[in-house]
Amino acid sequence: MSRHTLSVLVENKPGVLTRVAGLFARRSFNIHSLAVGPTEHDEISRITVVVDVDELPLEQVTKQLNKLINIIKIVELEQDSSVQRELLLVKVRAELAIRSHVLEVVELFRARVVDVVPDAVTIEATGGPGKLDALLAALEPFGIREIVQSGTVAIGRGSRSITDRALERVHRSA
Amino acid sequence: MVQGPHPAPAVSSRPHDAARPVPQPTPVPVVTPADVVRPSGVPGPVATARTVASTPATGAQSIVRSLEEAGVEIVFGIPGGAILPTYDPLMDSTRLRHILVRHEQGAGHAASGYAHATGRVGVCMATSGPGATNLVTPIADANMDSIPMVAITGQVGASMIGTDAFQEADIVGITLPVTKHNFLVTDPDEIPRVIAEAFHIASTGRPGPVLVDIAKSAMQAQTTFSWPQDFALPGYHPVVKPHAKQVREAARLLATARRPVLYVGGGAIRSGASAELRKLVDASGAPAVTTLMARGALPDSHPQNLGMPGMHGTVPAVAALQKADLIVALGARFDDRVTGKLSSFAPHATIVHADIDPAEIGKNRRVDVPIVGDLREVISDLLPELAREHTQHGKPDLEGWWRQIDDWRETFPLGFTEPEDGQLSPQHVISRIGALTGPDAIYVAGVGQHQMWAAQFIRYERPNSWLNSGGLGTMGYSVPAAMGAKVGAPDRTVWAIDGDGCFQMTNQELATCTINEIPIKVAVINNSSLGMVRQWQTLFYESRYSNTDLHTGHGTARVPDFVKLADAYGCVGLRCETLADVDATIKRANEIDDRPVVVDFTVSRDAMVWPMVAAGVSNDEIQYARGISPAWDREE
Repeated sequence: MSRHTLSVLVENKPGVLTRVAGLFARRSFNIHSLAVGPTEHDEISRITVVVDVDELPLEQVTKQLNKLINIIKIVELEQDSSVQRELLLVKVRAELAIRSHVLEVVELFRARVVDVVPDAVTIEATGGPGKLDALLAALEPFGIREIVQSGTVAIGRGSRSITDRALERVHRSA
Repeated sequence: MVQGPHPAPAVSSRPHDAARPVPQPTPVPVVTPADVVRPSGVPGPVATARTVASTPATGAQSIVRSLEEAGVEIVFGIPGGAILPTYDPLMDSTRLRHILVRHEQGAGHAASGYAHATGRVGVCMATSGPGATNLVTPIADANMDSIPMVAITGQVGASMIGTDAFQEADIVGITLPVTKHNFLVTDPDEIPRVIAEAFHIASTGRPGPVLVDIAKSAMQAQTTFSWPQDFALPGYHPVVKPHAKQVREAARLLATARRPVLYVGGGAIRSGASAELRKLVDASGAPAVTTLMARGALPDSHPQNLGMPGMHGTVPAVAALQKADLIVALGARFDDRVTGKLSSFAPHATIVHADIDPAEIGKNRRVDVPIVGDLREVISDLLPELAREHTQHGKPDLEGWWRQIDDWRETFPLGFTEPEDGQLSPQHVISRIGALTGPDAIYVAGVGQHQMWAAQFIRYERPNSWLNSGGLGTMGYSVPAAMGAKVGAPDRTVWAIDGDGCFQMTNQELATCTINEIPIKVAVINNSSLGMVRQWQTLFYESRYSNTDLHTGHGTARVPDFVKLADAYGCVGLRCETLADVDATIKRANEIDDRPVVVDFTVSRDAMVWPMVAAGVSNDEIQYARGISPAWDREE
């Protein structure tokens, strides 16, 4: 199995996420992460979905997704021709005695402290899955209290926009 | 295996014209033929000659007007609280004929039967909650068999949605996985556009069911109605025209293969490609197999038609696929009932796969030449390419292949043995119904043994003459689907070939048939049991008959008595128990045309469907009859 990142442009309508998530469930496709958000165009939302599948089932995933009426476009973003990021917020125990060590790790990973209380700090970090895993491993010894992590968002490198042509379709059909 | 009604056809026999036009129903005069949609047509605005300027209307009126302008003539349904506002203007419509069914499942299957028999979009209507959930089975059925259908359901008022209101069910959520698409409408202004889109989606590309759930508050609100409507479907672009390069490659393979087989599926029926298919079969000289969903796409009398492949297919059809060096799949989907154990299916074959649905291509079997497009277009493009190949390189020598196939046909014709208990043989009854009624009738089966026998022993000569629930396997499909087919094609005789188990699931629609003068004929192939399950119990569960005895047949309590039941519903009830009476009973049933007829054919419960490939087993292990398998030539 290999990991693939799909950018799925969908109509910004209620229930579309359910259609996408339901399709994955009923076709037994395994979602690794999912992130949804608006785009630069009101009519279009963007779902970034990371799936663990082999080449052939990936083709099936894409084809089945394309059959959903509200899906406008699907693009697979390759690791080396795209920027892929996750957002991590992590609450770490940091009593005065060890705080400087924690901050050293934060510095090292170019993360940021976004909240401080006497016995803990909350750290914000963005990066690919490798970097965030390494950060968590480095923080582990201090005592991790709570983690929240977003799905991957991804965008292709270069000047080309995948939403432009999708928008044309929306306007043509309206 | 002595009484095969299908010996290998004489090579000289002339098949019937497969492209006879379907008689159009005219129960209500209609101004425009707007809904004469091609089963998988070119996307575009709903064709209508009429333009209706924006006029004030209630949401309910807007629904009725939209259905009228979409070209609907027939609606099957049942009113209830949340759909009530729509039933009021429906009463005044002169263009819509509403047929009040007795159960929403009947409405759904009737719409499906109507669509299947006519190629037009079938329409059903129900109220919220239980009305809508009763539609789920026929919607799922239509989804599996690619039937163009639009279901309109009432929903509780917009402000009540999500509060567990009386008769509230999230039918859009429930039908999400079993529709091609569905809509929830709470804004009355959206009604005409959404209904126009629903018909467009249902009837184009790979056809399928579309559900439109409309809040009662939207029906009661004031809005405006206008027609035609522009679609807002930026994500919907079915590919109709095939890629020329792929078609050329397919032609090259078909012109050079030594053991080609055309594997014809239900897509040939849905795209209306019978005439083109016939030309391809003739031009290529290749044998063709017609799946359960494609029976009638190519006439059974065509000498190159090997019949049905699959679990209960003919030995020649199954064997030809197994030994093929090239399979050209045309609107078929490599279903497990056709391939048997997938890894051993057609091991030597190169695969050309043409389908309107790109997701079917490569889903089950790896494909060498994928072709996405409407089958009629695909075959039309393939024909000149094939002719060019033949001109350049000559026609392929298929003589050895045909010698082999004819040998299978001669050795393993479709047949059956007389039952030992002295009861009627179901295969005989079904084959006589087909022979005495003829190829212009419509035959509608339920699900089980009788369905397989009806697929095997009736000779189909034209498309849209064989209706059954293939994908979902819905027992109870037959009576309501036959009713819908008869409404769509009132001039054709419609026989429901049903089982005693299936019949008891939906026979309440006989009331609908009698009251609305829809004179269908029902043959209950009554073996007093859930026959197909019983057959599996015989073969795989040491004849332990757990819960398959229905007590409806000869020498039982006969609960219910189907003749009395028919009588109670205002139908003619006939019973046939002896071989001598079979023909006379069928003839008598065929003569009655003023009301429905139910014939209780009491048949042997020990009859089994053969040939058979057991589930999950290689097609090479096909059994011609119990314990008899062909000894394959070892020439390869």
